[in-house]
Amino acid sequence: MTLRVVDLACARGPAQILAGVTFAVAPGEALILRGANGSGKTTLLRTLAGLTPPLAGEIITAPDAIAYAAHADGLKSQLSVGENLAFWAGVFGTKDTSAAIDAFHLGPLLDRRAGEMSAGQKRRLSLARLLVTGRPIWCLDEPTVSLDAENVARFAAAVTAHLGMGGSAIIATHIDLGLPMAQTLDITQFVAKRIRADDPFAEAMG
Amino acid sequence: MIALLKRDLMLAIRAGGGFGLSLAFFLIFTTLVPFGVGPQTGVLATIAPGILWLGALLACLLSLDRIFQLDWEDGTLDLIATSPVPLEGLAAIKALAHWLTTGLPLVVAAPALGLLLNLPAAGYLWLIASLLLGTPALSAIGTFGAALTVGIKRGGLLLSLLVLPLYMPTLIFGALCVVRGAAGQEALTPLLLVAGITLGSLAILPFAAAAALRVNLR
Amino acid sequence: MNSIWEYANPRKFMATSAFLLPWVAGLAAICLVVGLVWGFFFTPDDFRQGSTVKIIYIHVPAAIMAVNAWLMMLVTSLIWVIRRHHVSALAAKAAAPVGMVFTVIALATGAIWGQPMWGTWWEWDPRLTSFLILFLFYLGYMALWEAIENPDSAADLTSVLCLVGSVFAVISRYALLFWNQGLHQGATLSLDKEQNIANVFWYPLVIALCGFGFLFLALVLYRTQTEIRARRLKALIAQERMG
Repeated sequence: MTLRVVDLACARGPAQILAGVTFAVAPGEALILRGANGSGKTTLLRTLAGLTPPLAGEIITAPDAIAYAAHADGLKSQLSVGENLAFWAGVFGTKDTSAAIDAFHLGPLLDRRAGEMSAGQKRRLSLARLLVTGRPIWCLDEPTVSLDAENVARFAAAVTAHLGMGGSAIIATHIDLGLPMAQTLDITQFVAKRIRADDPFAEAMG
Repeated sequence: MIALLKRDLMLAIRAGGGFGLSLAFFLIFTTLVPFGVGPQTGVLATIAPGILWLGALLACLLSLDRIFQLDWEDGTLDLIATSPVPLEGLAAIKALAHWLTTGLPLVVAAPALGLLLNLPAAGYLWLIASLLLGTPALSAIGTFGAALTVGIKRGGLLLSLLVLPLYMPTLIFGALCVVRGAAGQEALTPLLLVAGITLGSLAILPFAAAAALRVNLR
Repeated sequence: MNSIWEYANPRKFMATSAFLLPWVAGLAAICLVVGLVWGFFFTPDDFRQGSTVKIIYIHVPAAIMAVNAWLMMLVTSLIWVIRRHHVSALAAKAAAPVGMVFTVIALATGAIWGQPMWGTWWEWDPRLTSFLILFLFYLGYMALWEAIENPDSAADLTSVLCLVGSVFAVISRYALLFWNQGLHQGATLSLDKEQNIANVFWYPLVIALCGFGFLFLALVLYRTQTEIRARRLKALIAQERMG
């Protein structure tokens, strides 16, 4: 399933952030989003994930194809690693969590409570959640934050495997993951910060 | 959706405060009443239905702001919103989980507290019935209020201000049912009205709560 | 095409309301002066209630407008939810404090009237209690507007609250009737009965009522203008910041 974005305009609150965003990501491909802090990567990803309605343009893809991973880990500190994963498996209607556990080497941590883990370990758990969703298109917001070199490699391997199975990924990141089939998109070119066009208070009152 | 319910119940048990806190509040509230109005059993018996209903209502209120707040803060709410679970379903499940962890224990504890307040014997059945049928409405209304205020820092106080006026009809009919039951009068009509409010709330409010959540997640 | 929705454009609304405002305010002043002076000084005392009955010329119109303000908020909230006209949402926001003040006036004059009549300032009568609850609804609605930073989100959430609140307000009204039968006399004005107060009292009352209606309209227009200007200011500041 190809994700196609046509002339998309994204807003955060009362302000338009991006306009004219156009790209396509085919199965097996990855798209790396680049751009300075505050340029609108998170806004774009939230719009793609369907959380923020777009101001204009189209996102063409199958329904329920996108798995989103945000800055926040979305983990429950009172639940163990296994329970956290089982919960997301239940929510997404998938059964098997073993692939996710293996990919991020979570086996030894399985019975640990999420609250007792380090930031990097939490990050691994929250990335493992992506495999549990069973969705083809991953939208990832700074996925490698607080990961060490070894685990960045694990993450890159997991993404590569996902691409190999016909999935795709859109990743906002500042580091080079060494992914095959990766195109890079600098979103600075789309930045168009101004009052939203649909805001009637932008025009003069006379 | 079952996974959601299971998780919420598990969190309520693990986190400690879930089951116990509102129950303890209910007990303390009921214990304090005689200190305020005096120990005369006649007076206590007269006001017992109202006090018990009011106590249950306030105990429900206590845990409302946690319904969505924790999931909002740690990013879980964003992730659930992108999952196959519709937000309407999420709101309904959250209300159910809140009722199971707060409302149901209150229903079970209420007769014991009724003894403390000398509730007349005829009233117990009506007390249990009205709380059993009425507390789900309190949870559903509370979930709606929590969805409205989820994006607001320190929204707890505002949440009470929004939710308490909405609680009024449930309280009126619920307490009236127990008052009439305890006095040996016909109490079925208020009981049915409580049930009606509960059914109406359950039918409509998950949709309103989901609409509010969508706005807050934008 | 001329349609009513044209006025949903802030600029058009500003121009039209600037034209209307002096007329509406003038009508409000005339009606209020005529209605109240006539009512206070040129009507006979009631044979049972004496001159205390004259508070009716403030109490009844204030109470009617307190309820109508909520109805107006309900309608404007619906228009915002369905057609997303910003001015509609701002009009709802503008009407809330006005409605709340009318509610307070109705409650206060009711207490002043009730003291000599029933021998008590406050009675848990269904009508009185409904207005107290209405006051709480206004309070919650306004608090929610204040608490949310993003104006569009605030408009959405307060609209949802207004819709749900209206349903519960109606239920509360009937719950209160069930709860306590009450002391309050029947409705002063009603459509389905023959007019139930004498003509001498009725004419000044209707004029006072028109006065309160125009006053409400003028205040809402004025406050909506203020809200629009505040939003315009916000937009300008945002534009400035984004260069």
